[in-house]
Amino acid sequence: MLRLFHKSLKTGTVTTDYPEKRSVPVPGFQGLPEWQNQSCIQCGLCADICPTKAIKLQYGKNDSFWTVDPKKCIFCGYCVEVCKRAIVQSGQYELAESTLQTPHVQAFKHSVHIRHLDSGSCNACDWEMTTLTGPVYDIQRLGFDFVASPRHADVLMVTGPVTRNLEIAVHKTYAATPAPKLVLAVGTCACSGGICGKSYASAGGVDNILSVDVFIPGCPPRPQALIQGLLKAVGRA
Amino acid sequence: MIRQDRIIALISNNFAGRVIITKTYVDELHLKTAKNELPILALKLHDWGFPLIQLTATDERDIHGQFRLFYTFANDNEKFLMVVSVSIAETEPSFPSLTNKVPAAHWYEREIRDLFGLDPIGHPDKRCLAVHEDWPEELYPLRKDFRLDTEVLRTNGQFQYNKVEGEGVMKVPVGPIHAGIIEPGHFRFSAVGDTVINLEARLFYTHRGMEKLAEGKTPLDALLIVERICGACSFSHTTSYCQALEKLSGTEVSTRVNYIRTVVLELERLYNHVGDVGNICAGVGFAFGTMHGARLKEDLMRLNEKVFGSRFLRGINTPGGLRRDISVLDSGLIRVALDELEHDFRDLVGIMLDTNSFIDRVLTTGILLNRTANDLHAVGPAARASGVDRDVRRDHPYAAYDRVSFKVPVYKQGDVLARIKVRIDETFESINIIRQILSEMPSGELTKPLGKIIPFNYAVGMTESARGENVHFIMIGKDNTIYRYMVRSASYVNWPVVPSTVPGNIIPDFPVINKSFELCYSCLDR
Repeated sequence: MLRLFHKSLKTGTVTTDYPEKRSVPVPGFQGLPEWQNQSCIQCGLCADICPTKAIKLQYGKNDSFWTVDPKKCIFCGYCVEVCKRAIVQSGQYELAESTLQTPHVQAFKHSVHIRHLDSGSCNACDWEMTTLTGPVYDIQRLGFDFVASPRHADVLMVTGPVTRNLEIAVHKTYAATPAPKLVLAVGTCACSGGICGKSYASAGGVDNILSVDVFIPGCPPRPQALIQGLLKAVGRA
Repeated sequence: MIRQDRIIALISNNFAGRVIITKTYVDELHLKTAKNELPILALKLHDWGFPLIQLTATDERDIHGQFRLFYTFANDNEKFLMVVSVSIAETEPSFPSLTNKVPAAHWYEREIRDLFGLDPIGHPDKRCLAVHEDWPEELYPLRKDFRLDTEVLRTNGQFQYNKVEGEGVMKVPVGPIHAGIIEPGHFRFSAVGDTVINLEARLFYTHRGMEKLAEGKTPLDALLIVERICGACSFSHTTSYCQALEKLSGTEVSTRVNYIRTVVLELERLYNHVGDVGNICAGVGFAFGTMHGARLKEDLMRLNEKVFGSRFLRGINTPGGLRRDISVLDSGLIRVALDELEHDFRDLVGIMLDTNSFIDRVLTTGILLNRTANDLHAVGPAARASGVDRDVRRDHPYAAYDRVSFKVPVYKQGDVLARIKVRIDETFESINIIRQILSEMPSGELTKPLGKIIPFNYAVGMTESARGENVHFIMIGKDNTIYRYMVRSASYVNWPVVPSTVPGNIIPDFPVINKSFELCYSCLDR
């Protein structure tokens, strides 16, 4: 028993100070693509190679420019490689998008209970969620915790594109969660179907099945991005 | 003398004219036989000591009007694979089941029935597997005339669980949605009191149609699908995939590529093994181990991100080489991180293995018998903890594994503790392998263009992931696109052995038994 204490004391505090202090990924991080418009010749190679058709040309008043939908982007970097001149993979990863008109701040305050709902993920998003409860991200310090039953939950964090074989379970879990409740689509598959798309086996994203309140894009989202999404959902970011 | 000479002679002596050799790669031999000869040949290969490691089908009706089955056997001593192909006429969509003689064939045959509509005659269990009970009869998603975006209505099918009857037998259904942050699967326990007398696992909930999705895609586009079959074995999957394509196109990657791939494969094993050792502690409520394991795993994932830009080692591999190089600075980062990890992890496992309350829960818990492991072809740390001395890295060397020396730890006990010990030993071996590789990193080009592949050629790529052998079968169609892709992950073969280890244990021990196998659902379900 003494050895246990000794080891833990020797290790010290490992908990991150995110979100007080931002975490900036090192160069080379596979983040959201970013266009340097002055170098762009609008050849369209980026949009052609994009595996999830996330890149679209937008028209402004006098010009046009490329945009990427973070909910569809799988951060593969193919656009960066094919372009070589105008696109860089940026350090952007805090990409949560909320569809809430007014966040349920009053309903949840600083005690938010989350239920994970795997609707067919590749387990990468799940692993990052597991990390949140570990000593490094420790989301209990922010008033969030994971619970074992949907009946105890305020928030459903859904990972995966919703497979045919899980659709019924997704409906049942949603129905078992008491209102008011929030649905968070975690990861690109949950946000838009991602690489899985819509097929005989996949519904192509959680919002085709449930109404989604916050999208947290990423393939998978970094643990910090998950925290940002959670804070956004309860009106704290 | 080439590796295959002995077997070729053996086969021509036993099967003169009845088995044809169609192709030879350095580490692969392709054989062809007739449907009625298949059971004889397969049993002979099995009896000669070559395990069946993969069985899959293709729908080639649009080329020559037939389906084909591919049986892959591994010859570990002479270090090559044997792929036996058999044609199946559309008018007679069935094949003789091997399951009664070669139990490892059981799930493959059921899956082929579900996805291709070919009936394994004589199979003892013909319930659906890869599709669920609400899938309509006579609709087979991997047939070429089934479109990927077909909308399939649900039927009222019922799934029959095995019957367990008797006084005091209680059924405990668990899942598919679980209490923790875990992937979905349904477990049906039959218990008397706390003691489990039978466990049945119902899986394939996360079936996303990844194999169908890859069809018709270029190798580069399909790569992104392969990377996303599984989060935790992403790099191992892409390596199997790239190796199969490189074999098919005769592309020889540079030594540097092989060295870097080895580093990444071992970094993947490290974050998995260290995380798993910690996670097993969660199965018995030993929070000290769980938290320190999680901390060390996070350190390793941050290292992955620093060096390769991805915590899950995505975006590195590509057919013909690598998309990312490592600098001298990166090598330094890895070295320092490994030194710290080695010291820290040794401390942690020392304490874990000295904690009696922990050992009490894992010793003799969830024993996988050596015979079951062999019969069902279990792989990876789970098999090595039950006395099966197999490791793809040593037995079928790929990447730079023939350039490094390492031990393959094997334990005989087959319990949770043995599975933990295998992972602990392998963690130190991995650190050792990476150090050897980094100390002699050669120069060389990073990518080579993949040559043109002759249509309808096929090959198998194999790696040892943190969970065990990962076998990928690829057949290329016209215009260098994927015609058929089959992923047999380590979890695919290990899932069926898990239920065999639970009877006799109490229900509260199931989480720790399950965690000690640490299987992926998404790798299996695809």
